Amino acid sequence: MTNDNIITTDVVIVGAGPCGLFAVFELGLLDIKAHLVDILPKVGGQCAELYPEKPIYDIPGFPIVTGQGLVDNLVEQIRPFGPTFHLNQMIEALEPIGTADAPRFRVTTDAGTVFETKTVIVAAGGGSFQPKKPPIPGIEAYEGNSVFYAVRKMEAFRGRDILIVGGGDSALDWTLNLQPIARRVTLMHRRDDFRAAPHSVEQMRALVASGQMDMKLGQVTGLKGEGTALQAAICRDSDGQTFEIACNTLLPFFGLTMKLGPIADWGLNLNENLIPADTEKFETSTPGIFAIGDINTYPGKLKLILSGFHEAALAAQKVHRYVYPDKRLTFQYTTSSTSLQKKLGVA
Amino acid sequence: MHVRVTDREGEQRELEALEGWRLMEIIRDWGLPIKAECGGACACATCHVYVAADWVDKLHPPREEELERLDEAFDVRPNSRLACQILFSPELDGLTVVLAPELD
Ligand SMILES: Cc1cc2nc3c(=O)[nH]c(=O)nc-3n(C[C@H](O)[C@H](O)[C@H](O)COP(=O)(O)OP(=O)(O)OC[C@H]3O[C@@H](n4cnc5c(N)ncnc54)[C@H](O)[C@@H]3O)c2cc1C
Ligand code: FES
Repeated sequence: MTNDNIITTDVVIVGAGPCGLFAVFELGLLDIKAHLVDILPKVGGQCAELYPEKPIYDIPGFPIVTGQGLVDNLVEQIRPFGPTFHLNQMIEALEPIGTADAPRFRVTTDAGTVFETKTVIVAAGGGSFQPKKPPIPGIEAYEGNSVFYAVRKMEAFRGRDILIVGGGDSALDWTLNLQPIARRVTLMHRRDDFRAAPHSVEQMRALVASGQMDMKLGQVTGLKGEGTALQAAICRDSDGQTFEIACNTLLPFFGLTMKLGPIADWGLNLNENLIPADTEKFETSTPGIFAIGDINTYPGKLKLILSGFHEAALAAQKVHRYVYPDKRLTFQYTTSSTSLQKKLGVA
Repeated sequence: MHVRVTDREGEQRELEALEGWRLMEIIRDWGLPIKAECGGACACATCHVYVAADWVDKLHPPREEELERLDEAFDVRPNSRLACQILFSPELDGLTVVLAPELD
């Protein structure tokens, strides 16, 4: 890779959950621009993925706000600082390339984006959200050739006999997207009720009615094939009857689960999958790498959004020392400082 | 009050249960392997259990939200429930469940 493809920046934030988002604000007030990376196609972390419509009651100043409502407000609040989002990408590698006094890091994502940055804020929460893998005996043998938990390139599925399992939006969206290019698509769900957008369900039912695809009720219990080539899925319906569906491709969509993922390989100290950080600046054992939000641990840690916000504010102060070693940092309030208000675009 | 839980290796344990606790919290509190990733918000389906046949009708029926979330569990059966949606009360003393397989 040539230097032209490397993004040079002051800070890379791993994870666009509420704490990563608010870190952009605290950094922005100190004139530090951030790049945020998340494996999900949207920002908001657990709030947006696990409980977008549920109310949160313990955010100061908001007697009640939904998970998505909080995320929307955070995005609005950081807009003046123009963060760059890199979504649908997982940060895989993090290598130190500087010194302890002047740290620098090379950060690489699985989509090939490379950053050279002075500091890194790990705001990875409960870990990266990754597809759940069903415990079907022998499924590993087919992974990558016949079994896929996500669709990266649609073309790879042209002409295939595809069995899609699930009843949510991912299952329905991929059914509709792949139906025109596959040889045949079968959608299987355990019951005749779908959680997906009603419009997608209607479209799917219309395709079934006109004979352009199949829909079956049941669950996959086993797989048949040779080597890495799948030939059929063994299925069971709600009466316990077993049947087979011939297919060379299986796409199971059982939702997402949080996994620590590549963070374990970054050379940071870990304590039961959490990153120890100090409580003065939320820096890890590696100077220049910070850990805020649910991913960190220290005596008295509470896994609350509120705590992550506080941690973001303190980490930003130390990031400033690395980014602007010669500048003095004076404490200011947003209510009274014209310079802060200018940065926010309100003065 | 007690609940009887069979783990994925087939071993049965009798756990002391407290009124007002969720079945998921009781199982987790005793250190049995139940992921319960969302902490009981009916958002993850990682607290899936099978309820013993003679207990199925003694539980309040699952709400729509629970049925929808069960779509994200594996090997769902007619006696499948999410342990975080069962609030423990004296009538449930002796409730018997089996931990369902966990999705990786
Ligand atoms: C159902 C439920 C209800 C809750 N209710 C409350 C409440 O009422 N009040 C409260 O304060 N808290 C509540 N919480 C907890 C709260 O959601 C968390 O404390 C908060 O989300 C933590 O924020 P975070 O930014 O640290 O991490 P997260 O929200 O977990 O976000 C981390 C992000 O980082 C991404 N990521 C991780 N690793 C990588 C990688 N290597 N590359 C790319 N991306 C990566 C993940 O995909 C994720 O999007 C609740 C949680 C749940 C599940
Ligand atoms: S703990 Fe998540 S659904 Fe029960």
